[in-house]
Amino acid sequence: MSKGSSILKVRDLQVRKAGVLILDIPALQIEEGELLSFIGPNGAGKSTLLQTLASLTKLAAGEIIFKGERIAADHAGFAYRRRISMVFQDPLLFDTTVFENVASGLRIRGLKKEEIDRIVNENLERFGIPHLLQRSARKISGGEAQRVALARAFATHPEILFLDEPFASLDPPTLESLLTDLEEILRQTGTTTLMATHDRMEALRLSDRIAVMGQGKIFQIGSTYEVMNHPVDEFVASFVGMESILEGKVVSRDRGSSVISVEGKEVEAAGEFPLGGGVSLCIRPENVTLAVRPAQEATSARNSFPGKVEKIVTLGLYYKVMVDCGFPLVAYVTAHSLENLDLKAGKEVIAIFKATAIHVVKRRENIQAAL
Amino acid sequence: MDLILEGIYKAFYLLFTLDPEVMGVTLLSLQISGTATLISLLAGISVGTTVALAEFPGRKFVVSLINTGMGLPPVVVGLFVTIFLWRNGPLGFLGILYTPAAMILAQAVIATPIVMGITLAAIQALPRNLRLQILALGATRIQMVWILVKEAKLPLLAGVMAGFGGVISEVGASIMVGGNIKGYSRVLTTATVMETSRGNFDIAIALGIILLLLAYFINLILTHIQQRERPR
Repeated sequence: MSKGSSILKVRDLQVRKAGVLILDIPALQIEEGELLSFIGPNGAGKSTLLQTLASLTKLAAGEIIFKGERIAADHAGFAYRRRISMVFQDPLLFDTTVFENVASGLRIRGLKKEEIDRIVNENLERFGIPHLLQRSARKISGGEAQRVALARAFATHPEILFLDEPFASLDPPTLESLLTDLEEILRQTGTTTLMATHDRMEALRLSDRIAVMGQGKIFQIGSTYEVMNHPVDEFVASFVGMESILEGKVVSRDRGSSVISVEGKEVEAAGEFPLGGGVSLCIRPENVTLAVRPAQEATSARNSFPGKVEKIVTLGLYYKVMVDCGFPLVAYVTAHSLENLDLKAGKEVIAIFKATAIHVVKRRENIQAAL
Repeated sequence: MDLILEGIYKAFYLLFTLDPEVMGVTLLSLQISGTATLISLLAGISVGTTVALAEFPGRKFVVSLINTGMGLPPVVVGLFVTIFLWRNGPLGFLGILYTPAAMILAQAVIATPIVMGITLAAIQALPRNLRLQILALGATRIQMVWILVKEAKLPLLAGVMAGFGGVISEVGASIMVGGNIKGYSRVLTTATVMETSRGNFDIAIALGIILLLLAYFINLILTHIQQRERPR
């Protein structure tokens, strides 16, 4: 099957717990080779959805179709489960050696010893942990344990990988190195991946598509850019729309800052990033200043773009002003500023923000173009 | 004082000369309690695991029954096993009252709830998502249960210790259903009771020392396994 065809289809899926509807997904389609993230607050139903799609929970209604075949809902689902893998927030390693842990899925499938040896070593190598081979799984660090859990998941060559908040209990440096490696491995293997996370930055960095969930429903699903910049409703906006998120490519770098091309405009951001690499820029609305004429005084802000006010939304104490500078930008202003600058839809303004106000996220080479 | 010293001296004499009667009683004790523990492991682990994993109405009640069973008074077990095996009792046709088989049965009844209760607690103490993780690795239900039991092996060893320790030192039920027949159903505890009542303190002390040593060595072995395998 080629990339871009659907691997998993969901129809009228419902899951109940003690009679209460906790998951309600009328339709969902997952494309071969994509990384789809489910984001949302705690209790949104992300984990339940992953567990349901992995055939680990009973359905109240609906069906899940994997490569054209309906998945058995009960214990017979193990035939399907042999074609997928799942990693949880806790590594959930077995009380044995690292080798045996990575081998466990293969032993369950009754593989031959030489084959198990080969695959285990290959996957330990892949996650940079061959030195842990004979160590007890209980005597390794949290980051190492999660690497072992991932190696165990990859060892069985899954057609779909389910990641249920796999990075939630890691400290930032450990998280960063694991994310970098996982990105590379996913790129190499092209494994279809479904991830649940409450961290927007993680989702932004790894995903081709994002689905925002709440109360057991999917509120919006679409490309990362689309969901981040065009939330369909207040709920999605409150979860993802806190920042302007722009996509661009690094065109040059010099003395601690980089120039990034966004929709043909050049934005300067603090930090040096690989030339030609795809990045996402996140700018918080409180860091964007609006002016009606170019700043006369010298300013330390490196970025200033003329644009037009598109829409103004009241948020109680202040206003959310959406500006089109050739790319969308959101600014927060007070009622005073709104009056002083006489801001209204269609007004010409200049948006100003500092290079240090931009949070740059490296983007996975994605297959969006193919979708 | 003489009584005790002489008793201890005689006891070690009996031990070091491998007195046939003392050795016979020891061997029988080990056979009966070992077999009973083995039976209790099969019944206790399988039922304990099933109850730990299953969801059914009245589950809490069943769990409370098992936990109560962990403290069954041996004389009560002895009483009921005797009634069941009595000539015109429900199992009277077996004709095994006052035989080692009856003692194995009674001791298994005592040890099973202990193993079952500890198994139940051990399986329930495993992380909630571990079952899902094992299933997600492609395990069938049987494979999953087997891996869970392996994960709980350390607390299960504690169950073996508790079960065996409970029955090797138990006297009430053994004397009631075994009858303490010389050379046939006489075990360490029943023999100790009898020799003490007769005033044969030397033999009683020898038997007592053997009982203590047995309990010590078996726990030493199990503790060794447990400590070796314990992570960190």
